[in-house]
This record gives sequence, structure tokens and C-alpha cells, in this order.
Amino acid sequence: MAILSKEEAQAILKKVISYSKADACEVSLNGSNGGNIRYARNAVSTAGQVDVMSLSVNSTFGKKTGSASINEFDDASLKKVVSRAEELAQLAPENPEYMPLLGAQTFPESKTYNENTATMSPDTRAEMVGKSLGVAKAANLDAAGFLENSTRFNSVMNSKGLFAYNKSTNVSFSVTIRNKEGTGSGYVEQDFNDLSKMDVLALSKIAAGKATGSAGAKAIEPGKYTVILEPLAASDILSNMFRGFDARSADEGRSFMSKKGGGTRLGEQLFSENVNIYSDPMNPELPSATWNGDGIALKKTEWVKNGVVKNLAYSRYWAEKKGVEPIPFGRSMVIEGGTQSLQDLIKSTEKGILVTRFWYIRSVDPQTLLLTGLTRDGTFYIENGEIKFPIKNFRFNESPIIMLNNVEALGKPVRTGSGMIPPMKIKDFTFSSLSDAI
Amino acid sequence: MKRKDFLYLSGIGASALLLPDFGAFANPIDPLQALEKIDVKIKKELADVALNAAKAKGASYTDVRIGRYLNQFVSTRDKRVQGVANTESFGVGIRVIANGCWGFAATNTVTKESIAKTAEQAVAVAKANAKIQGEAVQLAPQKGFGEVSWKTPLEINAFEVPIKEKVDLLMNVNDIAIQNGANFVNAALFAVNEQKYFASTDGSYIDQDIHRIYPTFGVTVIDRASGKFKTQSALSSPMGMGYEYMNARPEDKVAGVITRYKNRYDILGDVKEATRVAKEKITAKSVEAGKYDLVLDPSHLWLTIHESVGHPTELDRVLGYEANYAGTSFLTLDKWQSKNFKFGSDKVNILADKTQVGSLGAVGYDDEGVKCKEWNLIKDGVLVNYQTIRDQAHIIGLKESQGCCYAQGWNDVQFQRMPNVSLESGKAKLSVDEMIKDVEKGIYIIGDGSYSIDQQRYNFQFGGQLYYEIKDGKIAGMLNDVAYQSNTQEFWNSCSAICDESDYRLGGSFNDGKGQPGQSSAVSHGSSTTRFNGVNVINTARKI
Repeated sequence: MAILSKEEAQAILKKVISYSKADACEVSLNGSNGGNIRYARNAVSTAGQVDVMSLSVNSTFGKKTGSASINEFDDASLKKVVSRAEELAQLAPENPEYMPLLGAQTFPESKTYNENTATMSPDTRAEMVGKSLGVAKAANLDAAGFLENSTRFNSVMNSKGLFAYNKSTNVSFSVTIRNKEGTGSGYVEQDFNDLSKMDVLALSKIAAGKATGSAGAKAIEPGKYTVILEPLAASDILSNMFRGFDARSADEGRSFMSKKGGGTRLGEQLFSENVNIYSDPMNPELPSATWNGDGIALKKTEWVKNGVVKNLAYSRYWAEKKGVEPIPFGRSMVIEGGTQSLQDLIKSTEKGILVTRFWYIRSVDPQTLLLTGLTRDGTFYIENGEIKFPIKNFRFNESPIIMLNNVEALGKPVRTGSGMIPPMKIKDFTFSSLSDAI
Repeated sequence: MKRKDFLYLSGIGASALLLPDFGAFANPIDPLQALEKIDVKIKKELADVALNAAKAKGASYTDVRIGRYLNQFVSTRDKRVQGVANTESFGVGIRVIANGCWGFAATNTVTKESIAKTAEQAVAVAKANAKIQGEAVQLAPQKGFGEVSWKTPLEINAFEVPIKEKVDLLMNVNDIAIQNGANFVNAALFAVNEQKYFASTDGSYIDQDIHRIYPTFGVTVIDRASGKFKTQSALSSPMGMGYEYMNARPEDKVAGVITRYKNRYDILGDVKEATRVAKEKITAKSVEAGKYDLVLDPSHLWLTIHESVGHPTELDRVLGYEANYAGTSFLTLDKWQSKNFKFGSDKVNILADKTQVGSLGAVGYDDEGVKCKEWNLIKDGVLVNYQTIRDQAHIIGLKESQGCCYAQGWNDVQFQRMPNVSLESGKAKLSVDEMIKDVEKGIYIIGDGSYSIDQQRYNFQFGGQLYYEIKDGKIAGMLNDVAYQSNTQEFWNSCSAICDESDYRLGGSFNDGKGQPGQSSAVSHGSSTTRFNGVNVINTARKI
């Protein structure tokens, strides 16, 4: 019910704009519906369904903007929300960084919507969770997981003629499977736009395998090790770095992208030569909307080429101040890799540690982007190209900047966490202490 | 993550982009609208529609929460107002048990028809899940309270204070920082008002009016020549009180290397001192890694208590309900059953409560209609209890819930959330100066910083805002690059002294995350300055 078509959304937005008396008006109309099941101890613990739609108006006089919002869509309500936004704008302080509205833009159609996912029912969710529970129960293990699907539409229109619409679906699944003794734990997570790609049975079997395989972990000394990061582990640690590709904080001198003496590290060789990072909303494996909240088209953008920083994100305001074109932050980040599988990377490793995922990553020093966190749900010792035995979890203290200077090999990228991320082989990764956690 | 995407996409305008994470469907409103109240009679009528509709479809238990959640957020950066947001989120969440299984549905169309339909959806969800359910839900009995109400004790409702007054105050904060040599400063003020109406088939109709406030800032100082930048955050605490928190009295100020605050806060005084110490950090010496006695100020220790005591004593974590996200707990049931698990030294007594005046956790009743109270988690160093809710109380042999159920909004299902968890002050008279006098080689840490802990809450690493070296009983100067690592049980057993109650202060988390889909809650942690002997300190400096 809350998912409007492009035409339905456009009609409501046009009507709202027609009521505006402000210098500039922008209106967004968004809705979503979806549901979820959460399970633990091999049984459903909570489940729910939410269906919502709302409309927001930003009215601007000069550089003073007011916002109001509503979830009723009759003509009287729409008129009321516009006049309320206009009243608030008159009371608002001037925003010296206010940017005039963009005019009409063209946005390519995104690939974010899938009908199979949009029509998921509570019974489909229950059936999928049933399969995951089946894997755990058959192996006498305990499962705790979460399955969620959502369909949403986002649309905006402004008084200068800009209109954008996007419809998307998502289904996400994660499960932690533990043995009954609490001595082994495994985990998987995956999300897709298209339900038919989601194989909860296969994913649950991977988690179950890790739960069994990680039991009876041995302690080895913390220190510097060659690590093989599964794509999820690599994604956990790198998502912190992507947010730092911001021109403003770099120019201001308060980012790892700032240069000593002033300026930014744009154009510098900051990473190993084999590191290439770009974003692309049309990536078929990881599509995103083709426009962002500023009404700017998202395009394929190169962030790092052969280890050199090629672009930083500029907001419209900062771009104007610096006399450059705005560059929106990337979604659908892709780290290029090779053709090797995770198994291939393990085979080529004389001594090393395989990391399933990281947990509780926090910034320790924003100056160097030093992060701390822990391994979780399956950490293994590798010798002579084989997994030898499970090891106890480690705390790490490492910077992704240092890590991407120590890249020995990159495998084939897969959709995970924040992007298309390859499994990575990294030398001299710093583990600082042991954890008893399982 | 998805919710943030949604907010990001939904807000083409700058003001919407600046909205913090207020909940998925918070709508901007006129500040004056925030003062309008909904008649309790109407809420009762609507609640009865849900209770009856769910019962008619076969629910054996139903609770309904009609929630109006107001947020006000004023943010400034340097010399400009970055955003003023007033949001309201209003809707109805209905939770049922049908065929022995939970179901939940929510709507923001608050009409009798929509509420009845939503109640039916909740029953349908419960019945679909009952097909794959194992054991039936067991609810601890709860008597109905009839029609009752509760309100946060406050002197000044923050929503009644004009926005202009708040903007002027924050701009003043920024001016002081810049005048004193800061390169950048952000100052913000958050106010929250939860107007929650709860009704259940147990016969409770509970109307509550809950207020929280959080002023904060961050100062940044940059040394272009060396390329270094340093920051200092406000030493305020989020509190469960009104705007009176912003009016500091002399008795609320704790003197020392930097002023700290008790039940009222002086934001203008704090930002001046913050700028001074941020500048000092540029040239402070880097710590030598090793073992140190740590003297931890309450403005720092609250977070260590939160992570290493608050979370592992959550019964749902112990049982595995959070295994797929936050994790489980090392405080397994056998340790509690043994009645002699030494969590900490004899000096360590830790209380859970949902009643302390001014705290973030204080409410009259929780989100499943249980009256709030206080109990011990750790007594003389021994683990004696957990925190729990109605459907898990029977597992630890309790006949009633401890009242720890909370949902961040009407559209989120309620579950176990942490009450206030606080360290009791030392019984013997002991000041901070007296405590420091006994330390040969130590570090005095003030303010919360970087924090990370494993999924069973054994291994942690904490940083802070300010570090002072203690040499032979005296403060010897500021340090940089400090973080301490320990194991929870080892750390609390190294607790060697706790200052008396004259030093007791609350710290807290305004946004503590838990659950899937993720939910935020607010919780306080009180303590007096406390010493821990021989803790491992690492040096966090790196070159890139």
C-alpha cells in the first residue's frame, strides 16, 4: 500500500509544489513496507511488519529554510504542510552555506527493484527461517539469526523542475550458529535486491561448518601476522575508511587525508599499487539509486587508481568554495581484485591467519585512522597452504591505510557489507592481545 | 544502515540531512506543536480497540503502545547554525501472543480501523511463526495497575524554552572556543520527550511523560606545521531531566585538573577549559606502554561500567538471544548459580535501578507494564543477579520481571534493555587527592573516548579524553596516545579503592544500540572516582 509508482508519486509532488509561495520549495515523498523475523536458541524470538509513508516539505525564503512533514495526503493536509514549512522558514536563522536548488536533471533508471522480493509474505519469511533452523537442529547446534525484507520508494521534486524517483527492494539475512557447549561459533551475512539469489540453506551450512570447525581453539601469541581476510572481514574494516574520502575535512586539516603543512593528499600514492577502488550505482551485483539526497546524479567514480587517491567527495557548498565540480560520496563501493578464490589465497600462504569477520571496530586515533576491534566467529591458523587449527580470537590495533600498503594479493570481489569486496591477503597485520570470547 | 540510507535519500534539503538518528519515521514539526498533548481518554479508547481486535482473532495476550516521541535537535558549527530539527513520531505498536508465539505490527495511521487491522496483522504474524516455533512463550505474571501515570521530575520542560535561547547559547559556546584558539567547534543540544501510553490485557493503562536532555560540543585544534590535530569533547552527561540541567550551581562543580559536573552543567565554562586542554594535547608527551595504576574519573568510568558490567549482566545475552548481533556473555548461568563467582574485588558493589532521579533509565513502568525498582547485580564482588523481562524471568527462577523492557519507538518491538547500572561509592571517607597520593606510577583518566569490547565481554580496550601521568603521588603532566586493555574479571578484581559518595556522579549513553532491527536506548551509570591497580596501557601512536 505504501509503495507508490513513479506517476502516483509525481502527481502528489506536483500538487504540493503548486501550493508553494516560497522562493524555493523542495518536497520529498517516501514510503516503505516490509517485515522481519528474529530467531535465537533455535526458535523465533520476535517478528514484525511495518508499513509507512510520509511527505516532507522544505520551503526557503532567501537563505532561510523551514521544514514540515505529514503522513496524510488529502488536499487540505497537503496545503497545511506547505504553509507550516513556510511559517517555519520565516522564523529560521539564515544558513550561510545554503545552496540554490538544482534544476531538472536526468537520472538513469536504477536496477534496485525486484518483484520477487517485493511480494514476500510472513509465510515466505517463516519458511526461509525454518530452513536455517533445520540446518542447526540437524547438526545439534544453536542458531540465532535475522531475516528482513523491505520495499521502499523515494521521490523528490523541487520548484526548479527537478524530479527524481527510485524504487528498491532488499532482503537481508544473517545467522550465528554455535555449538551446544559454547566452544565454537560461526557466522554469515548476506543481502540482495533479488530474493531469488538468497540461499539461506547454503549460508546456514557455512555458519554451521564454522561453528563446528572453530571448536577447541588454541591460543597463539599476539603479534604481527600475515592475514587472509574474508570479504566480510575486509569490508568491516574498510567501511571506516570510505567515510574519510571527504574533501572538506581534509582541507580543514582534520582527517587522515590532510597533508602536513596544509592541503589534501589527493593525487598521492597512499596505498599499494594493486589497490583500485571505485563506486558505480549501475553495478549489476550491487545496484544503488542513481541520485543522492542533494539531487545530484550518482555516476561511476574512481576513488583510488593503482594506489593513488584520485577523488575526494565535495558537497555542493564545498565544491563551489573550492571552484570544483561537486562529487557525491560513493555508494556501491567496489574494490577491484583478481580471479583467485578464498581457497586459492589460503593455498598460497605459508603461515598466516584466516579471519571470518571483525567485531566492535572503533576509531582509536582519527589522525592515522588507527582502529581497534576483535576477530569473531571463526579464526583459523594456516600453515603450508592449509587450515591447521582454530585459534582464539584476537584484538587488533591497525589502520586500514597501513593495511592497504601491505596487500599481498586480492581475490575475486563479492557482494558483502558495504560493497563488492575481495578476500585479501595482508602482511604484518597487528594483533595486540588475546580474547577468551567465542 | 538501511535506516540511515532512507533518511539520506529522503532528505533532499539540508535540514533533513542533518537529522540525527531519531527513529525511522520521525517527522519535522513546529516547535509549538510539541507542547500539545493528546487526551488520555482518547488513548484509552484507541488502546481498547487493539486489545479487543487481537483477542477476537485469537490472541491470548496483547499489549498496545500508543507513542508520541518528540525530539528537538539544535546543532551549530563554528559561526553558523547547522540545523534546528523538531520531530514528532506518532503511532501505535501492537504486540500479541497467539498460538504460544509473539507477533508484532505497527502503524502510524492512528484511526480505530487502522489499529484494528494492525492488531489482526500482529496476530497473523504470530500464527505464521508459531508453525516453526519450539517452546511456547512463558510470561511472568503481572498485575494490572488500572489507570496510572508517571512523569520525569523536572523544573523546566526543555521544549518550552525558545529555540532562540538555545541557538544563542550554542553560538556563545562556539565564540568562546574560537576566541580561545580553537580552529573548529561543533556544539549541539538534544531534547527528548517520550509520551507513552501502554495498555495490556492484564488491565493496565499507563500514561507516562519522559524527558531527557543532552548538551554537548567538540573542539578541534590544528597545528598545520606538524599536521597534528587534537580534539576535546564536552564533559557533560546526558540526563533524565529538564532544561534546569543547563543552570550550574557552585555545588555542581568539581574542581581539579579540569572542572567536572554533578547534577547541573556549565557549558560555557566547560568549553573554555576544553579549548585550553585541546591546545595542550598538541605538545603533550606520548605515553610509555606498560603497567599503570589507573585513577578513573566518573566521566570516564561510566562507559567501562556500561560495557563490562551492564552488557554482560543482560540475561537475554546470557541466554543467547543476542548471539547474532551484540553477542552472548561470559557471565553464564553456572557462575551465578555457584553463588561465589568473583566478578570483582570485595570493594565492588554494583546496583541496577530504573528509579534514580535525574538518570536516563528512570521511568515509573517499563514498556510491558512492570513497575520499576532497584536491585544488586554484584554484591561484595560476587555475581548475584541479572537484568530481565517478563518472558525470561522464569529462567532465573524469578516470579516477576525486573522491569527492563523498552522499545525505542512505537514501531519497534520492545525487548530487554539495560537499566541504570552503577558502582556504589566507597563507605570510608576518601577524596580524589587522597587516592592519587597513594599512587606511585599511574594515569588519571577523565572523559570517555575510544571503546571496544568482545562479544562475550572479556577483552576490552578503552581510551579517554584526558590523560595525566601520576608519579610518586603527584600529577606530573599531560599524556597522549593512551589506551588500556584488560579482561573484565581481572580488571574489576584489580579495583583497589573507591572514593566516597561526595564524588559520586552520573555519566551515560544517550544512544545505546542493541537488537535487530537495531534500537537505541538511553541509560545512566553512576560512580565515584575509582582506582584499578596494574592495568596494561598501550601506546596508540602510528605513522601513515
